[in-house]
Order: sequence, then structure tokens, then C-alpha cells
Amino acid sequence: MAVVNTSTQGAHAHEVHDEHHDNFITKYIFTTDHKMIGKQFLVTGIFWALIGGFLSILFRLQLGFPEMDMSFLRPLLGGWIDETGSLDQNFYLALVTMHGTIMVFFVLTAGLSGTFSNYLIPLQIGARDMASGFMNMLSYWFFFLSGVIMFSSLFLATGPAGGGWVIYPPLSALEQAIPGSGMGMTLWLIAMVFFIASTLMGGINYITTVINLRTKGMTFARLPLTIWSFFLTAVIGLLSFPVLFAAALLLVFDRSFGTSFYLADIYIGGEALPHTGGSPVLFQHLFWFLGHPEVYIVLLPALGITSEVIATNSRKPIFGYKAMIISMLGITILSFVVWAHHMFVSGMNPFLGSIFMFLTLIIAVPSAVKVFNYLTTLWRGNLIFTPAMLFAIGLVSFFISGGLTGIFLGNSAIDIQLHDTYFVVAHFHLVMGSASFFGLMCGVYHWFPKMFGRMMDNKLGYVHFWLTFVGVYLVFFPMHYIGIAGFPRRYYSWTNFDFASGYADLNMFVSVAAIITFTGQFIFLFNFFYSMYKGRVAPLNPWRSNTLEWTTPLHPGHGNWPGEIPAVYRWPYDYSKPGSKEDFIPQTVPLSSTPESNLPHEEEMVSLEKAIMAEEGQVLVANEAK
Amino acid sequence: MEEQLEYIEGAEQPISMHPKKFALWLFIVSVVMVFAGLTSAYIVRQAEGNWLEFNLPEIFYYSTGIIILSSVTMHWAYISAKANNMAMLKLGMTLTTLLGIVFVITQWYSWVALVDRDVYFVGNPSGSFLYVFTGLHALHLISGVIFLIIVLISTLNYKVHSQNMARMEMCTTYWHFLGGLWIYLFMFLLLNH
Repeated sequence: MAVVNTSTQGAHAHEVHDEHHDNFITKYIFTTDHKMIGKQFLVTGIFWALIGGFLSILFRLQLGFPEMDMSFLRPLLGGWIDETGSLDQNFYLALVTMHGTIMVFFVLTAGLSGTFSNYLIPLQIGARDMASGFMNMLSYWFFFLSGVIMFSSLFLATGPAGGGWVIYPPLSALEQAIPGSGMGMTLWLIAMVFFIASTLMGGINYITTVINLRTKGMTFARLPLTIWSFFLTAVIGLLSFPVLFAAALLLVFDRSFGTSFYLADIYIGGEALPHTGGSPVLFQHLFWFLGHPEVYIVLLPALGITSEVIATNSRKPIFGYKAMIISMLGITILSFVVWAHHMFVSGMNPFLGSIFMFLTLIIAVPSAVKVFNYLTTLWRGNLIFTPAMLFAIGLVSFFISGGLTGIFLGNSAIDIQLHDTYFVVAHFHLVMGSASFFGLMCGVYHWFPKMFGRMMDNKLGYVHFWLTFVGVYLVFFPMHYIGIAGFPRRYYSWTNFDFASGYADLNMFVSVAAIITFTGQFIFLFNFFYSMYKGRVAPLNPWRSNTLEWTTPLHPGHGNWPGEIPAVYRWPYDYSKPGSKEDFIPQTVPLSSTPESNLPHEEEMVSLEKAIMAEEGQVLVANEAK
Repeated sequence: MEEQLEYIEGAEQPISMHPKKFALWLFIVSVVMVFAGLTSAYIVRQAEGNWLEFNLPEIFYYSTGIIILSSVTMHWAYISAKANNMAMLKLGMTLTTLLGIVFVITQWYSWVALVDRDVYFVGNPSGSFLYVFTGLHALHLISGVIFLIIVLISTLNYKVHSQNMARMEMCTTYWHFLGGLWIYLFMFLLLNH
């Protein structure tokens, strides 16, 4: 077979170039290898996920068991537990804020997009490394520094930032407002500046690499959907993060230099502050111009990973490849024109509200296209339920159940009732939080064999999946009802209200489910680290997948392919092609070597392919003759 | 068949744009977004009223002239480099660097002029925005001057010539962008003041 040989031939040519004599520091710490940087992002992301998850358990304890004596947490939280054994109210706000910040930015942006964009882009498009390995390394270390600063803010005497992850001024702008708006907020802003720099450097690299460093034959119409999603994610980040930077910059000036961009006519203790002429709504506009695209920065990579995993494990081509790309493009564009749906109750012109409502509801169209394409890909496929596949299907489930409530919230009239209630919390935790988290897990289970050359344990994977999947629904589904009943978000306690007392047991239930779900993640953690060293050694192509990364050696060196980079002859979704002997045909197999399964229009391309090969053969022969 | 396949693998990349040049363009996009965000914020805030009216410092006309002139000398240096005219290249780069530094100084005097008319950084956002625009632009301009100095040093070492243009081209692109950005900001301020 001409087929398989293509990837193994010519191993002598570039060997010398790929040999690096790495010591520990250049190999594991200050590495410029995109694969190691991807793993660094992953491990750091897991670390942050544990912290973020643990913070949520702390405030769930308060919400589910408001009367509970939390003195047993004093060794950890110290003064944040007062003499009566209850959680400090300001620290509760800080917990909510840090949970949001950590999960949105550190876990689901850096941990998801950072891991898989870095790891997969060069491997799947056939490149030796990113366009700039140095900038890529810088991107990780800026993220790391940002993490160190954010982490140290957890230990301040006044506590970390407490104004919510959206840091609306004036709450976040005035030190007098809450303890968290002091040093905690300053560190939050510094950390985010480094984070923005990290994301921009990463994004510039991803875009440059996808456009400029694709291997021969890898046209845009042959890119795996993972790469399309990472590419569009990077585009969104490049356009939206600078605006967050602008918003944060003005906030820094208001906080530390006394300007009044966001502050006006504020009285504290009867004393007027000197700030005049600012507009707090201005901040919301700037923030949500990032904030809404950020939702898709978090979600799109997960959707791309799911496309790949569902197609591979259904043994079917992805349904509607072009429709998938067009709907992702549509989501990318629409994500920039819907930000004000977060501000329906911030005092907006109702006419403007209607426009934003209309634009918001249009997003349902490309999202539905994607959902139907996933379902039609699954439909009558030869489903193989690997843990990655289960997580991918779980993502589709959350995307549907969380997406439907988005249609309610997108309507400005309904949003006035539901705004800032637990209904919103339920909505975005399902559609953005859990869906993206499942995308992350799906990616880890699927590409673990490529990352570490070993297999993860399937049985533990199944247990992890079912615990998490059921757990997530048990946590977030009841929140819809709590929200419709009118429970506001971010409240420390609601036992003082009569209407709320009927839901005390439901909240208790949610908290117990959250604790069980969080505990379940340790199964994954064990599986991840145990399999890294003790797992079964992986075959070269364990999922019988078509994409390029599976043509590399088990432990690819820096440079990915020992010989020449393989060329690409077809799209990545030739699964179960009629007439073909195998149920998958890798991208490196030329059309001319599979006459039995070629479609009529592909037969035309065969002659073209042969002409190009003959031409190149002549050039090479001529070169050798010289 | 197999023989031919072996050869095709060594083929070149489908599109070979200089990756670093491309990355520079993407960086420019992100800078554009920062200023687009700030100028939109300016318009939104202005529409809400309570807006301090004052005359823009006249010195902005001089600084605009200087930065246009520096773009001309930059382009002159670029053409000279392509033509391997080393003397002209060095002169062009030196002039551009000097004009860049003079621009930053004139921008400083625009702040002095603002203070003279009682417009301070702290106060009505109308004035604060002006300081943020000029300050942030000047910060980028200083980065541009550093880039110019790096390229100037390599021109003095005869490392920039028609066969080695990548860095020169990037420097030219960035410098023209910074000039264009200032002209945009100045026009924006003239129209929305």
C-alpha cells in the first residue's frame, strides 16, 4: 500500500535538524515546544479548576446550610469564619467573584483554548511548531504570572476582589465600597492585564500559524473543525480582549488617579465624593463588548473538539461540514453585536433593547444548526462509546438544555423578571460552564494518548462521566425553579425572606449534589496522573482517526514528524466511505490510491493530483541530477 | 506510484507569508481595537451630556505635521533600502528617529497647553479622555521609536539592504500605522469636540 508508507518515508532527511539537547529547564519549564506548552496550560488549568471548584463548594455550603457551624473550616479560612462559626459576608462575595473569574478566564479560556489550540494546531495542520515559539512560551509565562498574582490576592487580609467577575463600578472602583475593592481589586486588575497580554500573544500565534504554516494540500476546506474553531476563537479574542484592556485601563485611572470615567455624584456617609460626570453604564458597555464574545471564546473550542470526537466515534463524516463552518462564522460575527442583552435592566433605551433582543435571538439559528448537525452525525452511526464520546454527547445535551433557556433570557421583557436570578445562573452554567467543561474533558480523554503516549483507564472514565453528567443536572436544573421563584444571585443569605423558606430543602439538595460532583472529579485526577505514568501504552492511532496528529510517532519530538511533514489529499472526515476496505481513510492517503471509494468529483481530482505529482517528480529528478 | 509520493512530501507550504509580518498586522488589529473601544466610549459618554468644552491645543497641528513628515522620511528610507542606497537609508532612518522623538516631546507640550487652559487629567471625562488618547498613543509611539532605534543600529551595521528587508518592512508598516493612528485620533477629536 502506497498509503501508509507516505508518512514513514524519508525519515533520514530532517533528523539532524530535530535533535535538540534539552536539559530539564528547556524541556519542561522554559520550553518553546507547542506540545509541552499545551500540557503546561492543561496542568495549570486543572490546578485552577480545583481551586475554582473548591471555592464554589464553600459558598454552596453557605447557601445550602445557612445555619451551619463552619468552625471546622477555620484552619483553612481563619478569620473569614467568625466567632459564631458562620462565613464572613464579604468573603462570600469574594468567593463568588473569584469562582467566576477563575472559571471563565483561567480554566475555560486558558485551560481549554490554551491547551488545545497550542497542542493541536501544529499537529493537525502539519506544522513543525507555532509561528513564534518564543512568543508562545511568553504567552504561557504571562498566564502563569497572572495566576500567581490572582492566587496571592486570595491571601490578603482584606480578601480578594469582591465585586463580581464583571467588576461593575462604582462597587469595584471605590475602596470604601467593600473590603474586596481595595488591594484585592488592584491585584485582580494587574492579573487581568497580564492575562490579556497572554491571550493576545497566544491568539496572534494561533491565527498566524493556521494561515501561514499549513502543510501541502491542507486547504481551508480540508481543515478539521477543531482547527476552524480554534482559529475563530483566536479571532474573537484578538478583537475583544483589547476592549477589556481599554475598560480596565479607565477603571485603573478611576481607582488610582482620581479620574471620573465611571463615577458620578456619589455620596458616602453623607459626604459627596469629588468625582463628577462619569457614567457607570459606559463600563458595562465596554465590559460586555468583551464579555459576550468571551462566552464564545469559551464555547467554540469545546464545540470544535466535540465535532471531531463525535465524527470519529460515530464512524461517520461530520454532517454538514460547510454548515458547521458557516454557523461558527455566524456565531463569531453575531457575538460582537449582542452585548447589550446583558444590560436590559441597566437603563437602556427600550428601542435599543428590541434591536439587541432581535440580534440575540438570531444566534439561536447557527447554534441550532450545530446541534442538529451533531444529532444527524450521531444518527445511525456505528457509535463507539469511549469516555471522550460520552463527554461529547454530554456537551450536546447541555448545549440544548442550556441553550433553550437562552431564548427566554434573550427576550428583554422576560429578562426583566429573570435578570440576576438563579435562572441566569442555571442558564450559563449549563450552556457555557458545563458544556465547555465537558468539551475540555472530552479533549483530554481523546488526546491523552497523543499527549502522554499512554491510555487513560476507560472504566474510571465512565464512572467519572456518569457522576459528572448526572451531578451537573442535579446541581443546575433545580436552579431554574429557584430563579423563577425570584431568588437573586450573589445574595449571602435569603432565609430572612418568607417566600424563600419553601426552597431551603432544594438549596440543600443542590449543595449536596455539588459536593458529590466536585468529589467525583478526583476520580479523573487520579486517572489522569496515574495513566500518565502507569497507563497502558497507547497504539499509534487508538481511535482509528483520520487527522494528521495520529501520523506522528508515539512520543513526537520537537518538530513533530521525524521526516518530512506529510502532505494532505482529502478532508478529515472520510469515515465509513462506501467501497473502502477500512472504515477510515487518513488525510495522508492520496485519492489516486483509493479508486474503489472515490466519488465522481474526486475522480476528476485524481488526474489533477497525478499531474501535480508528475510535475514535482520532474523537478526533484532535475534537482538531483544537478 | 510510491516513488512519486515520496517526492511530493518535500513540497513547500501552500501560502508562505512571512509569519512575523503577519503577526505584526494582527498586533496592529489589537491596537486598533483598543482605540476603537476608547473612542466609542468617548462618543457614548459625550452623548450623555455634562461635557466640558474647551479648545484643542494648537500644538496638535504641529505634532501632526511632524508625524506626517516622519512617515515621509520613513518611506524614503524604505525606498533607499530597497535600492541599496546606504547613505540615504542611514540619513532617512536617523531623521525618522529624531522626528519620532520630537513628536513625543510636542505631545508632552500639548499636555502643558492643556494644563494651561485648566484641563486636567482628573476632572471632567472630556479632558481625561484627551489625556488617555494622547498618553496611550505616545506609549505606542515610544515602542515605535525603540523599534526604529533597533533598525537604525542594524542599518549602521549595513545589515539592512534589498536582500534583507523583513525587519525594515515591519518597522515601516508599524511606523506608518502609528502615524495613521494619530491622524485618526486627531480627526476624531476635531470632529467630536
